[in-house]
Amino acid sequence: MAPAACGQQFAEPDAAGGEILSGPWLSGVFEIVMFYLLALATVISAVGVCVSQQITRMAVFLFFALACVAGLYFLLAANFVAAIQLIVYVGGVLILLIFGIMLTSKSPWVRFDARKGELIAAGLVCVGLLIALIVVLLGTDWGPTGAQASVVPVEEIGKSLLTRYLVPFEAAGVLLMIVMVGAAHLARQEKK
Amino acid sequence: MADELVSVVMIGLTHYLVVAAVLFCAGVFTMTTKRNAIGILIGVELVLNSASVNLVAFDRYRGGGAMDGQITALFIIVLAAAEAALAVAICMNFYKNLATIDVDRGDVLQG
Repeated sequence: MAPAACGQQFAEPDAAGGEILSGPWLSGVFEIVMFYLLALATVISAVGVCVSQQITRMAVFLFFALACVAGLYFLLAANFVAAIQLIVYVGGVLILLIFGIMLTSKSPWVRFDARKGELIAAGLVCVGLLIALIVVLLGTDWGPTGAQASVVPVEEIGKSLLTRYLVPFEAAGVLLMIVMVGAAHLARQEKK
Repeated sequence: MADELVSVVMIGLTHYLVVAAVLFCAGVFTMTTKRNAIGILIGVELVLNSASVNLVAFDRYRGGGAMDGQITALFIIVLAAAEAALAVAICMNFYKNLATIDVDRGDVLQG
């Protein structure tokens, strides 16, 4: 079954002389506004994780970062990945991290600060890395970016997981079982 | 001038790559400067999310209709959840043994 497009596709020339296939999975202004809102929220949340001094505030900023990344996935016409991100990451991993925070702290508001020298060195390295990455990203010609204009239906992902990606799928299942056993063993209560 | 305006306004591949780069650097900074072990885990989650955003963006803009990037992102989410579970269990053991979650105190093996 062909994936359903949400409208008509049309080709328009882009700045590099190629053609962008724009199908209105999302049309024009909405996509632009939502992208910049979500990207700004993601960046602010990520920076908030960096600069927070208390672990619980870092967890809250991580929550917003993960939710905004799920929004970016929706913009990228990856509905299933976005839903899984919200269910597994926000609803699973984040809750697990909060459990970890609450179980491993004498008080949730305790703070350990890194030394100033470490902060400055790490900050310089990370800002330098960011600048280098952005320069490279903006300077590379990524080729003709023809947009896939329609949402991949979940049925296709399911079929692909069972045919083309069968081995990684089964390996992930085995891994999850191993992790479950290992984590349960590691976190067991010792009998005194 | 109009070309640059168009390439900034029309959302393209590089927009998502820049967001992912910011997420990556934020995650690396968090991993290197936090002394709370759970804080380091939060940094790892940010880095993994940046990789997923990259994959899904490339899948949408350069994928040619295939969904390889999305399925790889699904596997990344699965692996990140598994690794977070194990890492939290390890952190709980750390706390049980050393009565603190400060990783700078874990220097029993230090020379």
